[in-house]
Amino acid sequence: MTSRVPSLILGRLLIALVTLTIVSFAVFFATTLLPGDTATILLGQAATPEAVAGLRTAMHLDEPALLRFIYWIGGLFQGDLGTSYANHVPVATLISGRLANTLKLAGLTTLVSVPLALTLGITAAMWRRTLYDRIVTIATIGVISVPEFVLATLAVLVFAVYLKWLPALSFTYNIDSFSGLLRAYAMPVITLTFGVSAQMIRMTRAAVIETLNTPYVEMALLKGASRPRMVLRHALPNALGPISNAVALSLSYLLGGVIIVETIFNYPGIAKLMVDAVSTRDLPLIQSCAMIFCFGYLILITTADIVAILSNPRLR
Amino acid sequence: MKTHSSTGSLAAWSGYRINLVGLAAFSVVLFWALVALFAPYITPHSVGEMIDLDYFGPMRPGLWLGSDYLGRDMLSRIIYGARYTVGISLAAVSIACFTGVVLGMTSAVLRGPVDMVVSRILDAMNSIPSKLFGLMVVAAVGSSIPVLILTLSVIYVPGAYRFSRALAINIDTMDFIMVARIRGERLPYLIASEILPNIIGPVLADLGLRFVFIVLLLSGLSFLGLGVQPPYADWGALVRENIGGLPFAAPAVIVPSLAIATLTISVNLLIDNLPQKIRDRSAS
Repeated sequence: MTSRVPSLILGRLLIALVTLTIVSFAVFFATTLLPGDTATILLGQAATPEAVAGLRTAMHLDEPALLRFIYWIGGLFQGDLGTSYANHVPVATLISGRLANTLKLAGLTTLVSVPLALTLGITAAMWRRTLYDRIVTIATIGVISVPEFVLATLAVLVFAVYLKWLPALSFTYNIDSFSGLLRAYAMPVITLTFGVSAQMIRMTRAAVIETLNTPYVEMALLKGASRPRMVLRHALPNALGPISNAVALSLSYLLGGVIIVETIFNYPGIAKLMVDAVSTRDLPLIQSCAMIFCFGYLILITTADIVAILSNPRLR
Repeated sequence: MKTHSSTGSLAAWSGYRINLVGLAAFSVVLFWALVALFAPYITPHSVGEMIDLDYFGPMRPGLWLGSDYLGRDMLSRIIYGARYTVGISLAAVSIACFTGVVLGMTSAVLRGPVDMVVSRILDAMNSIPSKLFGLMVVAAVGSSIPVLILTLSVIYVPGAYRFSRALAINIDTMDFIMVARIRGERLPYLIASEILPNIIGPVLADLGLRFVFIVLLLSGLSFLGLGVQPPYADWGALVRENIGGLPFAAPAVIVPSLAIATLTISVNLLIDNLPQKIRDRSAS
């Protein structure tokens, strides 16, 4: 029997590619719907009609939208993201440093939240229907039902206002020393970790419980295996697929989370850049940031799907 | 699933028993709904009036929830904020679920190319992170309440579609649908009279969950200053306005945060503890 895995994965990647095309289409047209002429905005009120007309030709603004879309996509592939309206700096320069900052924040959050969430999720499933499980479940429901900025506000209240351990709202710490680095990142990472972990704990717990309900786990129980052994040796290996799927899906929560967290803590990342770009209506910047976000989101979702395919033994 | 620990009631109603947590959650939801509905009759002060000489005033008699960054009465602002948060979210979730469920049932009944095209397009929409979508629309057309309602509903159509389509496809394979088809019934009859009554419970539970998502997204956008615009303020905007009071733990910033939390947590708990009959087929 030949394996169906390669064709399934190929199909999934193809779907991702189609989705990316549709998304880039949406991003481009949503932002070109804007009233107002780009050339006039760029040159300011005092520009002569000739100058505006010249710039319009140079920027291909007088050509059909579909053609401009193709130019734009072509530019993206060559690393040309356009020029920011607000300060006439190439978008690529604006983004590069910010992107690194955001990735640092996301990476740190992943490092903290994955081990934490897996431990809590698996143990909650192991001791299902105990007080411990109840507490974990209620806490995660609480965290999931609350917007990120409320989490951030509470974190500030607890750690900065009452305990006075950490700076409140500004990202002004000297990050050269290790302790400075720790203090500067602590608040944003704590807030993000809460949100990401809550999702991950719920999904991990559900995945483990599902495998615990299978006949072979019951068999392990009947032959007298201890509870930890039953969960860790018999159930967990088979729940690994759904769990890694859960991890990838929960990490996509980061994308929404960073938008709020970077804004509230003044963190110089790409989400803050985008929110600022929205308030100044800086289109090329918004487009590029939106594409980066959608791209990251798609990568995570596709990874989740592929992991799910790979970990299903029936497909091998 | 949870076991029901409710007090005994009539046997006929056994499937509809609700437990204590569910009841408590329901009362909180009802409370906020009533507050939103009767806002103009219960506000102690005018929303825009500056009545406190101090800003970020503490809680005290007369100003039960303190004052905000301009010395306005926080209680009145929260009461009016409930109107915007609950009202906008309710409007958006109704539009989203109506559109999504109708499309989902139609796809399930028609199958074939219609199903494929609609599913593909909505899946693609689903892969734009919701906050990002909101940001882009606000950047493109500016923020007003109708725009917000429409944007929020567009964002949550794909989810409602997926959910109802999955349910409807199960129903669609049943014999009574086959019978109705042979009878020569048309699409509107099939989806409205044959499928909808069989999926309405889970669909309503799903509507509640989506309501929570919308409240969260709306508050998030308002918090970023891209949602409800001054002079109006929903709870998210209230937190944003008063964020300056955070370093001294002013009630003006804590209370709206708590208001959002109580509403969303109770809706979630209410759905989790709904009577078994209603949430029967609802996916977790």
